[in-house]
Amino acid sequence: MILLEVENVVKQFAGHLALDNVNLTVPENSVYGLLGPNGAGKTTLIRIINCITAPDSGEVRLNGKRLTPKDVEKIGYLPEERGLYKKMKVGEQALYLAQLKGMTKPDALKALKYWFEKFEIQAWWDKKVEELSKGMAQKVQFITTILHEPKLLIFDEPFSGFDPVNADLIKKEILNLREKGATIIFSTHNMESVEELCENISLVNQAKIVLQGNVAEIRSSHTTNKFVLRSKTAISEIGYELFSQTSKNGLFESVIKKEKAETNNFLLEKLMCQTEIFSFEELLPSMNDIFIKTVRK
Amino acid sequence: MSKISLIIKREYTTRVMKKSFIILTFLTPLLFAGMITVPLWLSSIKDKTNKSIVVLDKTNSYKNVLKNNEKYTFDFVNKPTEEIRKYYTENESFAALLVISGDLWKNPKAATLYSEEQVNMELKSYVSNLLKNYVEEQKIASYNIPNLKQIVEESRTNIDITTVKWGEDGKEKVGSAELALAIGMISAIMIYLFIIIYGAQVMSGVVQEKTSRIVEVIISSVKPFELMMGKIIGIALVGLTQFFLWVLLTVIISSVAGSFIGGNVDVNALEQVNKIGMGNQTLPANETENVVREVYSMLNGFDFAQIITLFVVYFLGGYLLYASLFAAVGSAVDSETDTQQFSLPLTLPILFAFYAAIYSAQNPDGPLAFWCSMIPFTSPIVMMVRLPFGVPAWQIAISLSILALSFIGTTWMAGKIYRTGILMYGKKATWKEILKWVRY
Repeated sequence: MILLEVENVVKQFAGHLALDNVNLTVPENSVYGLLGPNGAGKTTLIRIINCITAPDSGEVRLNGKRLTPKDVEKIGYLPEERGLYKKMKVGEQALYLAQLKGMTKPDALKALKYWFEKFEIQAWWDKKVEELSKGMAQKVQFITTILHEPKLLIFDEPFSGFDPVNADLIKKEILNLREKGATIIFSTHNMESVEELCENISLVNQAKIVLQGNVAEIRSSHTTNKFVLRSKTAISEIGYELFSQTSKNGLFESVIKKEKAETNNFLLEKLMCQTEIFSFEELLPSMNDIFIKTVRK
Repeated sequence: MSKISLIIKREYTTRVMKKSFIILTFLTPLLFAGMITVPLWLSSIKDKTNKSIVVLDKTNSYKNVLKNNEKYTFDFVNKPTEEIRKYYTENESFAALLVISGDLWKNPKAATLYSEEQVNMELKSYVSNLLKNYVEEQKIASYNIPNLKQIVEESRTNIDITTVKWGEDGKEKVGSAELALAIGMISAIMIYLFIIIYGAQVMSGVVQEKTSRIVEVIISSVKPFELMMGKIIGIALVGLTQFFLWVLLTVIISSVAGSFIGGNVDVNALEQVNKIGMGNQTLPANETENVVREVYSMLNGFDFAQIITLFVVYFLGGYLLYASLFAAVGSAVDSETDTQQFSLPLTLPILFAFYAAIYSAQNPDGPLAFWCSMIPFTSPIVMMVRLPFGVPAWQIAISLSILALSFIGTTWMAGKIYRTGILMYGKKATWKEILKWVRY
């Protein structure tokens, strides 16, 4: 099931093209990564999905229907630049933002009570936002983003500004939300979290999508045919390119490049003659490498 | 609750609950009342101490003229000035030294008062009145006409023209140009202040939302135009609340003060003020009371219901005209300090309107007053000055229609600038760019 479709979206700002014929489809109940260097057009695309700006041409569809401003109630958006009213009390503000998203006051209060307890921040309810630290305010903002149980969540750099403990908490909550049926679009520069969380990605560079697809497929399509082998003894003279060989905890770890046409088993058979094998694993390029390689191209 | 009313509610409550708003709203009328009543009250406190004045009368002919009263005792000496000065400085009980160096008939400037402090007005007018009356009497006597003094007294006339305004219903109303001027100026100043203060509040509200970056969260829930209008309407309601509280408090305070005027305290005080201001020609107490009653009847001659209604209408019109432009300026800048450059073209016409109002007051039906009460950028302020003098209904109708059309126009334009401006970060917009946003 496809939740969100972006079709042939073009957006031009005075003098420069921000989005050039962008297409993407986000399957329901998945985590979708939106990657790209600064200024590539990610924020513009996110703003179009949020109905903040309108595309010059093209269409965005939610559940197969053209997106209308009414639909933003089904979307939760955490912008990269976080902000809350500094002089307003935390509880009051969360309530206000929830009501703006179309929640009724009793529903919003109930949901806020649940989340404030879950994040153990009940004591902040009557504090002003300016009294909170940056990380604390981010937590509050995260809650206000997901409070109205949106079908589609858009997080722009959700982990920036969090300490590792809280970043982990947020990560778990994001996965939790997916379990409960939400679809998540996730824009980040942190490639490790992309590998960990995202099923599909689009890489935007200079207003165009330059790479798109399933993360696992992208990584295997960028394979360099390198394998990591852990063995009891060192290997040598096997007729393959040997990149490195190190000894660790009594085991030898070697990186070998296989010929493209050969099967893995063929390589293994050759190696088994030489030594006892403990593990054998393909060395896939990291998303980070793919990102840099694609953008530089 | 619809989203725009949520925004209005937030803008309104956060401002009305602010301490500064509460203090300003309740203190200002008290401050005004204090500015009027405290001097009256202070002057009503009688200075009971008796002051001595040393008199050096070189002509020796004014001894009977300078009579002691409960406040001043005159002490005649005949010594050289130097010695008197020494004597005066050594004895602190002397308030002043009066030197009469020649015949005052021939030389009216021959009397001088010396003092170590500034000689107070009361003493000066008391002494000069005594001397003046004496010289006048002397002059009258010199004509050798019997009963001349009486004739002069009787021929003294005071003409006080009462102005009466014919109402449309044929009723006559006692009018007063001075009071009309005062009411007009006060309401013009109030509208001027309201537009400047609340317009600036809209602007800084927009800047704060933009710099704190919350705007992006909010406009992912509501349209930018709704956010802008919610803010403008919310702040307008704050202004109206403040205005009505002021009217209410003024009515309460003035009715309390009115009950005082009914008593003797303030009449006496007014008398005292008159004494100081006009020398010793004191108006009798009942005449002072008449003045107070007259002022009240003149105040009744104004149609306050109309003035207050039109004040509210013009305040809203003028505020809506400028507030949306202030919002547009706020959206175009990145920080509060940058607003000055862009808000100048807005504050200049307001300032101009204020000066036009001052000049219009002198000629409320002149061409300046007429045109400035039609041009929407000045009409809310200038029309206020003209209203108490009476403005034909058709002029008010035209002026209000122009104002309404203009604020719809400015709001539409400002909305376009606003929705682009609030999402622009990191660079300061130029005028050229802002114009582009309007067309965009």
